[in-house]
Amino acid sequence: MKLSTIIAALGLAAMPSLVLADTDPADWPAVTAAAKGQEVFWNAWGGSTTTNDFLAWVGQRVSEEYGVTLTHVKLTDTADAVSRVLAEKAAGQDTGGAIDMIWINGANFAAMKEQDLLFGPFAEQLPNWAVVDVDGKTVQTDFTVPVEGYESPWAMAQVVFIHDTARLADPLPSMNALLEWSKSNPGRFTFPQPPDFLGSTFLKQALIDLTDDASPLQAPATDENYASVTAPLWDFLEELTPTLWRQGRAYPQTGPRQLQLIADGEIDLAISFSPGEASTAIANFQLPETARTFVLDKGTLGNASFVAIPYNSSATEGAMVVANFLLSPEAQARAQDPSILGYGTVLNMDALQDDQQAAFDALDLGVATLTPAQLGTALPEPHPSWMTRIEADWIIRYGVSE
Amino acid sequence: MLRGGVKLSWLPILTVLALLGPVLAGLAGTIAPALGWLPGAGQARLSLDAFHALLDWPGFMDAARLSVVTGIGATVLSLALVTLICAGWAGTPAFRWLEKLLSPLLAVPHAAAAFGIAFLIAPSGWIVRAMSPWLTGWDQPPDLLIVQDPYGFALMAGLVAKEVPFLLLMTLAALGQADAPRSLAVARALGYRRVSGWLKAVFPRVYAQIRLPVYVVLAYSMSVVDVAVILGPNTPPTLSVQITRWMSDPDLAFRLQAAAGALVQLALVLGAMAFWRLGEFAVGWLARRWVRTGHRGAADPLAQGVGLFAAVAAASAIILGLLGLAIWSFAGFWSFPNLLPDGFTMRSWDRHIPGMLAAMWETFVLAAAATSIALVLVIGCLEAEHRYGFRPSNRAVWLLYLPLIVPQIAFLPGLQTLLLVSGADMGRWPVVAAHLVFVLPYVFLSLADPFRAWEPRFGTIGAALGAGPDRVLWRIRLPMLIAPVLTAFAVGFAVSVGQYLPTLLVGGGRVVTLTTEAVALAAGGDRRAIGVYGLAQTLASFLPFAMALLIPALLWRNRMGMRDA
Repeated sequence: MKLSTIIAALGLAAMPSLVLADTDPADWPAVTAAAKGQEVFWNAWGGSTTTNDFLAWVGQRVSEEYGVTLTHVKLTDTADAVSRVLAEKAAGQDTGGAIDMIWINGANFAAMKEQDLLFGPFAEQLPNWAVVDVDGKTVQTDFTVPVEGYESPWAMAQVVFIHDTARLADPLPSMNALLEWSKSNPGRFTFPQPPDFLGSTFLKQALIDLTDDASPLQAPATDENYASVTAPLWDFLEELTPTLWRQGRAYPQTGPRQLQLIADGEIDLAISFSPGEASTAIANFQLPETARTFVLDKGTLGNASFVAIPYNSSATEGAMVVANFLLSPEAQARAQDPSILGYGTVLNMDALQDDQQAAFDALDLGVATLTPAQLGTALPEPHPSWMTRIEADWIIRYGVSE
Repeated sequence: MLRGGVKLSWLPILTVLALLGPVLAGLAGTIAPALGWLPGAGQARLSLDAFHALLDWPGFMDAARLSVVTGIGATVLSLALVTLICAGWAGTPAFRWLEKLLSPLLAVPHAAAAFGIAFLIAPSGWIVRAMSPWLTGWDQPPDLLIVQDPYGFALMAGLVAKEVPFLLLMTLAALGQADAPRSLAVARALGYRRVSGWLKAVFPRVYAQIRLPVYVVLAYSMSVVDVAVILGPNTPPTLSVQITRWMSDPDLAFRLQAAAGALVQLALVLGAMAFWRLGEFAVGWLARRWVRTGHRGAADPLAQGVGLFAAVAAASAIILGLLGLAIWSFAGFWSFPNLLPDGFTMRSWDRHIPGMLAAMWETFVLAAAATSIALVLVIGCLEAEHRYGFRPSNRAVWLLYLPLIVPQIAFLPGLQTLLLVSGADMGRWPVVAAHLVFVLPYVFLSLADPFRAWEPRFGTIGAALGAGPDRVLWRIRLPMLIAPVLTAFAVGFAVSVGQYLPTLLVGGGRVVTLTTEAVALAAGGDRRAIGVYGLAQTLASFLPFAMALLIPALLWRNRMGMRDA
């Protein structure tokens, strides 16, 4: 894993946690009192206009409600923030760090947690934790790594496939069906080029759908089981690749690039990690009005987005207040509104009061968005080690083949 | 020669430092990690591991081959085209028209031109749309690998369209000193047709003058990143694109590999230049035999036609591409094979303008700062040359070209690593210094000739009336030279606006300009967003040129003698 290399490079040994919370997360009145007047620097990916606008709205609300000033530090890569905390720890800056909160999940979280770079546990003490859908959503493990209260969830993502119904009328039930369709319609499907995040997700999704037994994926990959577990994936790709757009000799470089390809009529099917993306894109003229989404019969991968607080944050209480606000029905309903953000909620509808539920029910999810029932239960992400090895193998087999 | 005034003799030295300091520091910062020395990542042991890792990357040979083939190919094509245009048409009305058409295209940022061309030539692009379905029968785009083809043809086409205006302007400047009209007249009198006569009598002298710009084109084409990201292949990409990816990897260990790659890229460029030099001898030898045959040029009309067609094609590619971007920025849904959008909307501009303002301001501040510093240094150098009689030697001209010839990818990563290791916070000012390295040569090249051509007797008259050298400079020389000074400023500004790699690498990804945003958006493929940013970027480079035309016209509205100075 990349981050562990940096950690090793910086010569850091795992040390006992230095976290000394000024305020007990369970003592909520004390937390809000301490938070008042604090300035929280939230380091979050800044590549999307819609997310940036949502974060600005959160800042406005927590300022009104709690007197917390929120500043969005726009990242191009979350790993930058992780490197920064590491560098601060290496330099001995154990308090007053530059980063108070990070939008995080997966490998970045695993690395930070392993190296005791996080404040916590705090997530399960937040008042709004009571309404989080702990059973239905994967909010207590993050890419198989136990969360243990070191990060707080705020949005759900799940793999969906976007198809143009004018050219591909019916949903495809499985990866094998996708392969058959692509064989009879060569050149009409592609996926972002791994190691792009979404491209790698396609490979994982294919493997989970093709394999008879997905259980080994929940533990780290070993030299013994890697080849046999991933064999169905490589057989599948061997057949699929020649039928891809441009015969697999070129790939779109990012997820959004696929939308332009659908609009241009170059492809009919694309993968997305955001169930609401297609509806938002139709509204923005980026997809034809005939675009719709579907999930595979055996389900699709899902994961949660979290916020974590670095161990040396200079505004721990302020950050907890923001994390708690993100879990409020008000913020969650706004995030789920496809005209705002279109992210899935992490809340349990049954735990909400009627008027709060009504806010969610009133949302027009958009023509191309599946209902939570249609999305079904998300499949858990494999252990990060699988993705690292599959990516490296894919690059050797297909990524430099011309 | 005038004596006295503010002491200026240190300015040329400062200028050389500003030019070469970052290049040399950057090269040092590249060589050290390539040999395994990068204390920031806990690496302080000399080894060749980085090179082994580079060679183990399975795409290495293909990436290196791509860089070499596309670079040399684009240079040969650009030079051949410019030569054909000049040989076939120099001195004709058609040539003056071409010159007017091509010169402004120099200011179009490479990235914007590349987006535009990508939309023109893609299988779902404008050219295919114009012919579909009535001619081709396609109601969905054909599955053809045109853009990002593994051979780099699209990349070469994009480079040629952008390098032809540059080489043409350089050739025009050289033509003035090559005594072209008289040589051609003699050749024509001896019965040579136009193209053959020009190639035999004029070209050898012109080529000697444009050799350095040709090397600049060669180095640039081999190591370009932004155009290659947009038009070049990805399985694998060119070596410089891959180096940029390694440099942006959060894992510092990849920087060693990137540094090794940067040195290989430098070696490839130097090798290609040596190869080119040999090619010059070979072409020279063949051409002398051709001259001795005395052929008067039977194929001339064909060559003339090809030259004109290619020039018009290059210009149209850029102009139509920009037009396409403009339309996309106002487009509602726009499907294949429609030639125009189904509807028009201001939505894209409304969405992007608020976010664009910060990038626009940053672009403006960087360009204004780098260009102002460059202008002060260049005027200081030229004035010092005038006052103390310094004459720049041939070697000094090479110094000027050095930052343009050493591939950016070879020293910018080193500069970034140095800044990182030294703990200097990346931010605006290191980026200004990096921009200065590229802005300075262009400002110097565009101002030197008019500055030197200024009639010194005006100065003598001023001195006779009691003005010191400083007063002569400020009150007579610079006001009289306001048009070329503003043009030099505009050239420098456009160069700064177009800088992608220096902004990205030296700014550590935290300095966001219109160009970095536009290239980042290109990957996202949202043509509306690309249209908005590409147009904004093009406007930002054109604005100073418009001002360079407008301000002198306003200042001299009542000075007959300065009207066409």
